[in-house]
Amino acid sequence: MTNYDTPDTKIRWICFVAVCFTHTLMAQDTSDHQYTSEAIAAGGRVYVQQCALCHGPQGDTVDGINLRRGVFRTATSDDDLRQIISSGAAGGRMPAFDLREEELNGVIAYIRAGFDPSGVAVKIGDPARGKALFEGKGECANCHRVNGIGPRTAPDLSEIGLLRTPASLQMNLLDPASALLPINRPVRIVTRNEETIVGRRLNEDTYTVQVIDSRERLRSLLKTDIVTYEISESPSKQPTTLNSDEVADVIGYLLTLRGLQ
Amino acid sequence: MNLIKKMLVGAALCVGCSVMMTTTAQVSYEQLLNAADQPENWMTYNGGYMSQRYSLLDQITRDNVANLELKWMLQNQVFGAWQSNPIIVDGIMYVTERPNSVMAVDAITGRVFWKYRHVPAENARVCCGANNRGVAVLGDRVFMGTLDARLVALDRVNGEPLWNVAVGDVNQAYSVTMAPLVVKDKVIVGVGGGEFGIRGFVAAFDAATGEQAWKTYTIPGPGEPNHDSWEGDDWEHGGAPVWITGSFDPDLNLTYWGVGNPGPDWNAGQRPGDNLYSDSVIALDADTGELKWYFQFTPNDGYDYDSVQVPVLADMVWRGTPSKVMMWANRNGYFYVLDRVTGKFLEGKPYVRVNWSSGLDANGRPIPTPQPEGMPTYPGNQGGTNWYPPSYSPRTGLFYFSAWKDYATIYRAEESEYEPGRAFLGGGFSVLAPAPGAPTIGIGRTNPINNWTNEVGHASLKAMDPQTGEAVWEYDQFDVSDSGMLTTASDLLFTGGREGYVHAIDARNGELLWHLNLGGQIVMAPVTYMVDGVQYLSVISGNSLATFALRR
Repeated sequence: MTNYDTPDTKIRWICFVAVCFTHTLMAQDTSDHQYTSEAIAAGGRVYVQQCALCHGPQGDTVDGINLRRGVFRTATSDDDLRQIISSGAAGGRMPAFDLREEELNGVIAYIRAGFDPSGVAVKIGDPARGKALFEGKGECANCHRVNGIGPRTAPDLSEIGLLRTPASLQMNLLDPASALLPINRPVRIVTRNEETIVGRRLNEDTYTVQVIDSRERLRSLLKTDIVTYEISESPSKQPTTLNSDEVADVIGYLLTLRGLQ
Repeated sequence: MNLIKKMLVGAALCVGCSVMMTTTAQVSYEQLLNAADQPENWMTYNGGYMSQRYSLLDQITRDNVANLELKWMLQNQVFGAWQSNPIIVDGIMYVTERPNSVMAVDAITGRVFWKYRHVPAENARVCCGANNRGVAVLGDRVFMGTLDARLVALDRVNGEPLWNVAVGDVNQAYSVTMAPLVVKDKVIVGVGGGEFGIRGFVAAFDAATGEQAWKTYTIPGPGEPNHDSWEGDDWEHGGAPVWITGSFDPDLNLTYWGVGNPGPDWNAGQRPGDNLYSDSVIALDADTGELKWYFQFTPNDGYDYDSVQVPVLADMVWRGTPSKVMMWANRNGYFYVLDRVTGKFLEGKPYVRVNWSSGLDANGRPIPTPQPEGMPTYPGNQGGTNWYPPSYSPRTGLFYFSAWKDYATIYRAEESEYEPGRAFLGGGFSVLAPAPGAPTIGIGRTNPINNWTNEVGHASLKAMDPQTGEAVWEYDQFDVSDSGMLTTASDLLFTGGREGYVHAIDARNGELLWHLNLGGQIVMAPVTYMVDGVQYLSVISGNSLATFALRR
């Protein structure tokens, strides 16, 4: 007698599992945005030979740096890493390495994959270019707020660099429908007195729901006063039309958003 | 001023009366036997030996339940989920507080007469919070199990300790979190520690002296029947804890206990065999502890499907035959009806989505269908339900419990080596989320904002018909619920949930009659009692114990 699961959610969840655990579903969509598994594997070999002596097998033996977790002293983008590896840094304590292009790419891929040969290594670009894209061509700032500037209808991204991994940010840009958190799904509510409220949920329980509406008002509604309650499966944003270098730049910018310092 | 003074004097006199009453009142075994016939008291953890959590009180009805008003609140002084079940005898409430304190409280005003503090040994270890689920009473005594695996007897009148004995070895992470069960002149407890490689047991202690009367291991040793359901020395640290209060059938002289998961929890391959009596119900002779029968719900469990649910007993005409049955909504997602005389399997059906098994055979043994690595298993690690006490109403003939719907986890098994007193888990799990990185349900609720949403799992109160094994109606909540159930002779059903609402529901049809936001998660069942002709309803929410009665 019980309807255990709607077909829709079943499909969605199975898709997620497939994405997460086999990395097959999105392979075609993300190939331009990620390093290949061959590059990661090659980079792992170079790392063991050239880098592990100082940085350690887990990448965490130099003060203030954790390569596996993406914690660096000065670098942000892949180009920064490329520059530091090729030219050296820290007054020569980090020596310059003369690596072939594919070796250099591989080491960066290995770092970006979190030292996981089966991990995802997302390309990370230039934050300054990314900020310009975020505010301009990418149209992100049309809905998102950063550090007190912009609308509040979509989630505030001032701390997004602390909350999301590069892979998760990339999925949000390329396939927002699969990455959108359930609480952020757009809602459309019609009340008993025929008011239509479009917005985003902030909280919900058995008897009430709290939303921020399209006019940035905080609304709390009793479900008994709601006639229509729709939660959209598709986000209000479409997959980005930015090219892969631009996406890498935007990710680079988003990763710098780490809240009030 | 005068009026206030008069009121204070009046209250003091009234409190004085209550104390006078308890100094003379004794709780006899005969009273415990007939607890259901004295609904003004709530004398055992589950409201009587049948564990039905059904009260004959009917002052609060479907028509007037909306007139309930707050009478008093008692604030917990410590942090953490408050899972205690209050015991009420002659207008005095005995309630425990983390980690191991007992309070005697005036059940009319909520003021505290005395408080006893047991400080557990520093090396006490529990998997899932410093929980204590309450006391048991007999004579002029109160009994509490402790996190460092001791059993304490207190004087019910002044809270002074009378004896304090070891139940298990705290150095090996044995603990007691359940409320004890008193049968005749004995206090019976089981032990926790299923995540630490203990060897579980149930033990009985003389209520007068604390001397151990019997002890029955939940894992048979060499030479005992079913020892061969383990290989090598796996049995020595195979878990099978007992951390929820059992039931008792005086006619059969049998106590019934739900047994927890085998260890290590998530690596079933590391301990081949059925791993008896993990994830089973066991029937033990009340006088000797001798095992009379067992029924295993989940052989060789790799999903942490503890069978620590309350064994709910009822005498009913079951499919045309007068029967002594036991009803059991198991953590593994199946609802069971058993013959409690013999342990024979009568009926079993899934009540939520189940994919670790494709069904039960004629003897109730599950047909395993383990999911491929990385794929979700339904129900998830916290189970289709868990330890939260159900209720059975003889009036409606329905069994009520909190289920978790649409909740799944992805298990990861790995080899674990046993070290005394250390976690022995054999891997881990993650909760299936609708989007990567999305918030998911944890063991308790620590956030007033539900940003995980019902898509990760949500509560469904199920009213099961034991005749069919099917739900007659359901009442869904947006968040999950760890709340137990209370039913009354006026066909009211009271329950809570993690959202902090207390709900009054028509036990016949699931209609919502009254609800109130108490603000903190409700992780135990409400109880009801009567003093001076007034019926009270007590429910613990967050750090508050709230008590209601009808507006006068």
